[in-house]
Amino acid sequence: MLFAAMAGHAVAATPALVPYRIEGDAIPASLAPDPGDPLRGRELISGRDGNCLLCHAVAETGVRFMGDIAPPLSGVGARLSEGQLRLRIVDSSRLNPETVMPSYYKVDGLVRVAPAWRGKPVLTAQQIEDVIVYLKTLK
Amino acid sequence: MLTLSAVAAEAPRPQPKSGIEYAGGDVRALQADDFGNPGMLWVARGEKLWSAPAGRSGKSCAGCHRDAPTTMKGVATRYPRRDVGGGELLNLEGRINQCREQRQGADVLRYESEELLALTAYVAHQSRGMPVNVEINDANRVNFERGRDTYYRRQGQMNLACTHCHEQNAGRKLLADTISEGHGNAYPVYRLEWQSAGSLHRRLRACFFGVRAEQPAAGSAELVDLELYLASRARGLQVETPGVRR
Repeated sequence: MLFAAMAGHAVAATPALVPYRIEGDAIPASLAPDPGDPLRGRELISGRDGNCLLCHAVAETGVRFMGDIAPPLSGVGARLSEGQLRLRIVDSSRLNPETVMPSYYKVDGLVRVAPAWRGKPVLTAQQIEDVIVYLKTLK
Repeated sequence: MLTLSAVAAEAPRPQPKSGIEYAGGDVRALQADDFGNPGMLWVARGEKLWSAPAGRSGKSCAGCHRDAPTTMKGVATRYPRRDVGGGELLNLEGRINQCREQRQGADVLRYESEELLALTAYVAHQSRGMPVNVEINDANRVNFERGRDTYYRRQGQMNLACTHCHEQNAGRKLLADTISEGHGNAYPVYRLEWQSAGSLHRRLRACFFGVRAEQPAAGSAELVDLELYLASRARGLQVETPGVRR
């Protein structure tokens, strides 16, 4: 079911990225025409596409093993706006060049990307909106 | 080119910790028990191969090197190594294959083949308990620097370098796994995930895969250079071959 839900949003071959504008520490405007879906967002968080739990703990997922490399995301929906979450997912290196957080919506400036992933962002614009809407429920 | 990370690389580091110290009690117990450690099967096979004639010469390893527990003792602590006066940097696998080609007149063994793993494990095992002691000198400095560049170079779709996990976040959890410092002092290891013994290069390639980067070939100059740099970071750690890892 997880895969079925994700399959519809798999990244097609080298799609052009949706342009976006940064204001302060945020990307205020949505990247996708459709509103995000929090259920798909929750699946992306724990699934292989997002892999968020490799580094972040999200107690609300009920997943047994989660990483502690990056801050826990419980309450993140109260701390950060949608726009702030969007920039942190799209390209966290814009805020901290030394970050270990991958840029989920970036294809330029990367080195020796494996052929299977070359020219593709980690998540699609719609998947990022799904994740943001889910994270906003963590309050 | 003197980058920030290169400066960081020269800074004094705390004492290295072997990957076994980050492992769970079950893994540590398995490694410590020579009758339970599955890696010992490869060591035992390597011991047989050591005395088996190979190639046009009909010579075995033992034909020249005699008694491995004596002649190979401490050898692994000095690898990867570059011969004085030239030649490429060789790790143990590379040296074994060089011997086969040039001395035994035999075909090289495929990287990751059971035979090469066995011979490598057997040779490295003769140094078990001895400290890693590679020397960085004029002959191999260029390899060391290339290896260090790889260690600090962000790459792949995840845009991460070795340092981001194995230096900056060692001891933390990546999902259920504790990140180690990425030392090679126990290789070849028996890895539970593989249900097999495997080489350091196989393990390194798994990291390249994880960050979604192009994977250098096992045995490639790039990975041997990285192996040398890792060995320089592991100086003082005891050789554990055959190690056991998750």
